[in-house]
Amino acid sequence: MKMKHLFVATTALSLSALPVLAEPQAEVLHWWTSGGEAKSVAVLQEEFAERGGTWTDMPVAGGGGDAAMTALRARVLSGNAPTAVQLKGPAIQEWYEEGVLADISSVAEAQGWADVLPAQLAEHMKCDGTWCAAPVNVHRVNWIWANKDILDQNGIEMPTTWEEFNAAAEKLQAAGVTPLAHGGQAWQDATIFETVVLGKGADFYQSALVDLDPEALGSDTMVEVFDEMRTLRGYVDDNFSGRDWNLATAMVMNGEAAFQIMGDWAKGEFLAAGKTPGEDFLCGATPGDGYLYNVDSFAMFDVGGDDDKVAGQELLAELIVGPSFQETFNLNKGSIPVRSDVSLDAFDICAQTSAEDMAADAEAGSLLPSYAHGMALRGEPAGAITDVVTAHFNSDMSSQDAVQMLTEAVANAM
Amino acid sequence: MSNWLEKQVPKVVLAPTFAAILIFVYGFIGWTAWVSLTGSRLMPRYEIEGFGQYTKLFATPRWDTAMNNLFIFGALFIIIAMVLGLLLAIFLDQKIRTEGAIRTIYLYPMALSMIVTGTAWKWILNPGLGIEATVRGWGFENFTFDWLINPDMAIYTIVLAGVWQSSGFVMALFLAGLRSVDGEIIKAAQVDGIPTHRIYSAIIIPSMAPIFLSAFIVLAHLAIKSFDLVIALTGGGPGYATDLPATYMYAMAFSRGNLGQAASSAMIMMLVVFAIVVPYLYSELRSKHD
Amino acid sequence: MTDTTYVSARAGTRSTGQRLGRIALRAGLYAVLILFALWYLMPLFVMLTTSLKSLEEIRTGSLVALPREITFDAWKTAWSGACSGIKCEGLRPYLWNSVLIAVPGVALSTLIGALNGYVFAQWNFRGANLLFALLLFGCFIPFQVVLLPMARMLGILGIAGTIPGLILVHTVYGLGFTTLFFRNYYVTIPHELVRAAKIDGAGFFRIFWSIFLPLSLPIIVVTVIWQFTQIWNDFLFGVSFSQSGTQPVTVALNNIVNSTTGVKEYNVDMAAAILAALPTLLVYVVAGKYFIRGLTAGSVKG
Repeated sequence: MKMKHLFVATTALSLSALPVLAEPQAEVLHWWTSGGEAKSVAVLQEEFAERGGTWTDMPVAGGGGDAAMTALRARVLSGNAPTAVQLKGPAIQEWYEEGVLADISSVAEAQGWADVLPAQLAEHMKCDGTWCAAPVNVHRVNWIWANKDILDQNGIEMPTTWEEFNAAAEKLQAAGVTPLAHGGQAWQDATIFETVVLGKGADFYQSALVDLDPEALGSDTMVEVFDEMRTLRGYVDDNFSGRDWNLATAMVMNGEAAFQIMGDWAKGEFLAAGKTPGEDFLCGATPGDGYLYNVDSFAMFDVGGDDDKVAGQELLAELIVGPSFQETFNLNKGSIPVRSDVSLDAFDICAQTSAEDMAADAEAGSLLPSYAHGMALRGEPAGAITDVVTAHFNSDMSSQDAVQMLTEAVANAM
Repeated sequence: MSNWLEKQVPKVVLAPTFAAILIFVYGFIGWTAWVSLTGSRLMPRYEIEGFGQYTKLFATPRWDTAMNNLFIFGALFIIIAMVLGLLLAIFLDQKIRTEGAIRTIYLYPMALSMIVTGTAWKWILNPGLGIEATVRGWGFENFTFDWLINPDMAIYTIVLAGVWQSSGFVMALFLAGLRSVDGEIIKAAQVDGIPTHRIYSAIIIPSMAPIFLSAFIVLAHLAIKSFDLVIALTGGGPGYATDLPATYMYAMAFSRGNLGQAASSAMIMMLVVFAIVVPYLYSELRSKHD
Repeated sequence: MTDTTYVSARAGTRSTGQRLGRIALRAGLYAVLILFALWYLMPLFVMLTTSLKSLEEIRTGSLVALPREITFDAWKTAWSGACSGIKCEGLRPYLWNSVLIAVPGVALSTLIGALNGYVFAQWNFRGANLLFALLLFGCFIPFQVVLLPMARMLGILGIAGTIPGLILVHTVYGLGFTTLFFRNYYVTIPHELVRAAKIDGAGFFRIFWSIFLPLSLPIIVVTVIWQFTQIWNDFLFGVSFSQSGTQPVTVALNNIVNSTTGVKEYNVDMAAAILAALPTLLVYVVAGKYFIRGLTAGSVKG
């Protein structure tokens, strides 16, 4: 209600053509609510306050942003949209099409975003040629985390092909160690699935999970992918269903399991438990060439010309992409800065590898958006694919049936 | 004149409620019906496109699973909670010394939301952490209790947790019913030498028919709205084996950006509710007339 | 009232065998009751023990074992230190929001429900039954369905994101059950009472106020317990129709518990969960006795 009065007051003022000094204001809807994530956002809030801004926090956790998206819809429909919202991937463009996003091109151009952001990632931040979102970080999704002691004891190197991975897993199984720690939640199943698809080549990934080419989706290669998923299912312990990803990470940490396939937020768990990368645990890209990225970003919602809020949006966008926030935030979060001009000296070995790989894969054309984390596809086809993947992984469905279902589900969701 | 006014008072008292229900229940159902005929995605749009959303819905295997689960879950949940509630009420009605404490223990799960108890249940039901591991630890190596991770059985864990949450409440309803059965009739039956189990099955339980109906309406409403239960316990998994219509609809509306599809699934849900509740209401309100 | 021992007593001569049988039956009864009590207590036990462990112990030990070392740190954090977004103030600030929503919500829906129930039970008019049926059917509408149109409606009314908005939502969707409770209770009160009062010249409200309300304590307790539990535990409405500053405790709890990529502190989660549930637990423990009494007094007789 207060906001509304303020809004009326400011519009009245600006109408009477009095020059008003805007006081930046932002209400920020996000789902980074606890622990390290929350501390990372707090850094942004501090910088915002230092520049004279008033930050109103609107945290909603749950389901990887599902609950936040529910709240967002209710807010937009009630005509009371938050100023800035954590949004990512094609969802940004979907909201843009509903006509509710603000244009932040002026900030982006003044700050020269085009020069410091990798071109491919920058594309995600644009709607019809204008800038409509500010990127925060780059998570790499296709990581394998490993317990170093277990690998050393069993004489295993980090695998570079899925065949090597399978061989290592057989060896571990024979030695009585669970080869793969996994949590049976749909998004985790999807995470493994996309890394296996990537293992069949960047081009295949592009046509199957980005372009949704029916031929690729129904191909023999896809049958092989599901075969490998079935094999991997055999390497997972019996109690994986519904397990949170961090409990799977704990299994690797405690030596109950050797590997986990998970994005680099898993590193936060290792670090929080006082483990050192390279000594206690290892990080490596999943077999095959390529880099699956998951870029978090904030989109600005149309606030109807409220000067204070517009000022808040501009300041927020500037700070989010600014080098100092990029460094502090990503050190906390386990990801890497999205800017290419931030020094990585303070970052650990895994983050440095991530940055190098990203640059190399961008050159080679194998820098690809993660489907499992909502970067590659819109909600509906992505969800349809996940339904099939998780149904296959959690039953004894044959690979052929799964491929059949996959093509049908994607066609139904188009 | 004043008599006429006096007569209108009850209607005036009901008017705000009636207006609210008309808008907030039936108006919104109408809105949902409308949206279900559109191609709405992220946000509602109002151009009618026809019944395409329903065709798509019935072509989705996940929806079949969700509907099947609703029937399995609904039936088992209602029956088990009722039977258990009745049994516990009868047991508790045998002049149990610590009745107060036991009753509170049976009743407290109703006070907790599943957001609160979901994680604990997840651990208890997990074979590697909970009951199975504990019993095996006692030396029964072959004991298995792996419903949570078995796609064919996982829906029964939802029943288990649902019964846990609601059976205490049903017990309270029945206990209250037992306490209000006319003591004279029972005494008379006892004097006639009718065995206890017959007294229960022939006199006491039939006299509690209205309570069965009350319990049914409370349980049916919980079953249809069950959402937190699934989200907290299995998240719909393994795979989507424990999906219910409510969770399906939520996923479509809010994480998949397919509002039209969500609305069509909501309409089917409302139809199911209609088919179950209307006969109940009919019989209930008719009998009041007599 | 009913007594299983009766049959054996009726048989007259009690042999030792029969007495032993009776004792065994009684022991069996207690065993069953205690077994079920343990089943009901199990999740609470897991939550309590976990909240008293250190994070280190949770990571390394069994999740369902007793704590090796008891620590109350998690409780302190949950109360005043856990982060829900950038504010790390624990659950404390959000509890007040929940109170502000729940108390008026419960009071309003109970009051209106009582009046409605009074009309339906005692002042029947043509079409009242249909109205009642429409109202009851409203109990079954899944809340996910009403989220978006409700959001639009709150926007039109200008109370989107405010506490009055949430009170309105909870009141409206609570009316079905509160009306049902009161109607079923008042139906058992003889119509002659109203008739006699009318002859004495008492009006609609006078009769409600001086005859029905004084009789209503048991059913008020039942309704208040039911509504308080529903509103306090609500998450869906709370998360959709609140904004910064009006979020209820369940939303804060969810923010603490359900982080996706943050480090999970299960001990804090569990302590927070118990803290958030304390008011409803308290209501059940304290008012539980009256609950059964209220139900016995006729609310469920239909």
